[in-house]
Amino acid sequence: MRSYLSDRMGAALLMAPLLLFLVLAYAWPFLGVVKWSFTLPTPGLGQYEALLTDDLVQSVFIRTLRIAAVVTVVSVAAAYAITVVWVRGTPAQRLIAEFCILVPFWISVLTRAFGWVALLSNRGLINTWLQAIGFVSEPLALVRNEFGVIVGMTHFLIPFAVFPLASAMRSLDDRVLLAARGLGSSRMRTFWTVFVPMTRSGIIGAAMIVFVFSLGFFVTPAILGGGRSVMIAELIYLRIFQSPDWGLGAAISVVLVLFVGALMALLFRYVRPKQLI
Amino acid sequence: MPTYRPGPVSLIIAAFVALFLLMPLLAVIPVSLTPSRMLAMPSGELSLRHYRALIEDPRWLQSILLSIRIGIVSSAFSTVLALCFSLGVWMFQPRFTAALVGFVLLPMVVPPVVSAITLYFLLTSISGFSSFFGYDTWLGVAMAHSVMTVPFATVLILVSLSQLDRRIDLAARGLGATVWERATRIIMPNIKFGIVTAALLSFVLSWEEIGVTLFITSVNAITLPRLMWMGLRDNIDPAIAALSVILIIITVLVLAVRSLVVRQRGGH
Repeated sequence: MRSYLSDRMGAALLMAPLLLFLVLAYAWPFLGVVKWSFTLPTPGLGQYEALLTDDLVQSVFIRTLRIAAVVTVVSVAAAYAITVVWVRGTPAQRLIAEFCILVPFWISVLTRAFGWVALLSNRGLINTWLQAIGFVSEPLALVRNEFGVIVGMTHFLIPFAVFPLASAMRSLDDRVLLAARGLGSSRMRTFWTVFVPMTRSGIIGAAMIVFVFSLGFFVTPAILGGGRSVMIAELIYLRIFQSPDWGLGAAISVVLVLFVGALMALLFRYVRPKQLI
Repeated sequence: MPTYRPGPVSLIIAAFVALFLLMPLLAVIPVSLTPSRMLAMPSGELSLRHYRALIEDPRWLQSILLSIRIGIVSSAFSTVLALCFSLGVWMFQPRFTAALVGFVLLPMVVPPVVSAITLYFLLTSISGFSSFFGYDTWLGVAMAHSVMTVPFATVLILVSLSQLDRRIDLAARGLGATVWERATRIIMPNIKFGIVTAALLSFVLSWEEIGVTLFITSVNAITLPRLMWMGLRDNIDPAIAALSVILIIITVLVLAVRSLVVRQRGGH
């Protein structure tokens, strides 16, 4: 009996500091944000009404969903291609693939966004080359628009899609693939009818992670969109610091959390968390 | 070892993806060497003026020192909290463990902009009572960064604990070791690689944190990413290209050392 009691005490003492810290520094202030959404500037449901009627808010929501959908499809497809080589290539191929995945992963979002500005801007590398070879006479508008945002976000999110895909591909049994080839199936056919379906959980996990991340993206759209292609996170920033329309910023945050929460609940119905690491 | 290798089509597509991933990192090199004061490709001659600007403008050094200080404090704080919590979970396996771990992981899953507005609410409330802790103070930033890094530290430490053989702890317990002795003399030495990794990752995440930092600083607590942001937003300053090249070189070196260490340890 005594040891049972001291066990519970020990667990409580060890777990309490972090739990207390997060309740005080995260959960409690989040409730404060929820309160803002109902009280600023006037008490009531006005801010949530505005979400449903305000044209600007709606167009930003729709743009965010559209960009997130495109980014998800492109990043998961690109990540799939490089993960195949990372997991199943020769040792040299695997080393190169690992380098190309991990180096960008560890470099800050600002540096990466800046790199894309350097490549895509009017006086950047791509436009300089295209003009030098006489392919275009005027620089192409590659950045400060939705195209730039999609390119930058895809670049940021590919490594995040790689990890769930890699874990699905590692657990795949080679003999099934060899059997398909042995029975006369072509490489293409083996890939589409055996390999891809067997990594489905990884594809779902990767798509969900990329989509959820895209919804809350802030830095890349703000820099590569140049204020013209505003996404939902930047709208919150502008509402807090430029309007200061704290109530609406808070209401958008609450809706975003509910939406992401619903998506995560859906994700965990189909994929076990362990498969994502 | 897989015996089923990717075919030529896969290799060609993967090569394009690899190129795409490296391109923006390579693009900053020529920009950092341009003699122009604006963002442009060097045409003909090269110049190191933007590297010199980094040394001569004291704001860069100040923000680097501030970022290091905030990174060390928030990394130490979040690693200690995460370690205690994970030890509690592993040693006692209390009821509702899944719910408690889920709660701790929230700041990792919630969109960063929502965490940012939450921490903005917290720090502006604290500012009402205190002038050295709250909105736009370095302690306030360090605490906000701790909230953001603690889930990552917890995940890493829980993963290394899950690879530990429970029987060594049971043996120590059977021989009469106290909870404190089990934690510090049996368990922690066995997961020290995980603890160090957690502290390092927390530091790196704090060092490059910008989404939350933007909301909770204005003129005093200007971290390095915050200063880069200002240079990127207003007019694009090629000094950022020079800084980016230095950061990329450091990253590649650290990753190379890490992979050598991992290889020598025979891990994965």
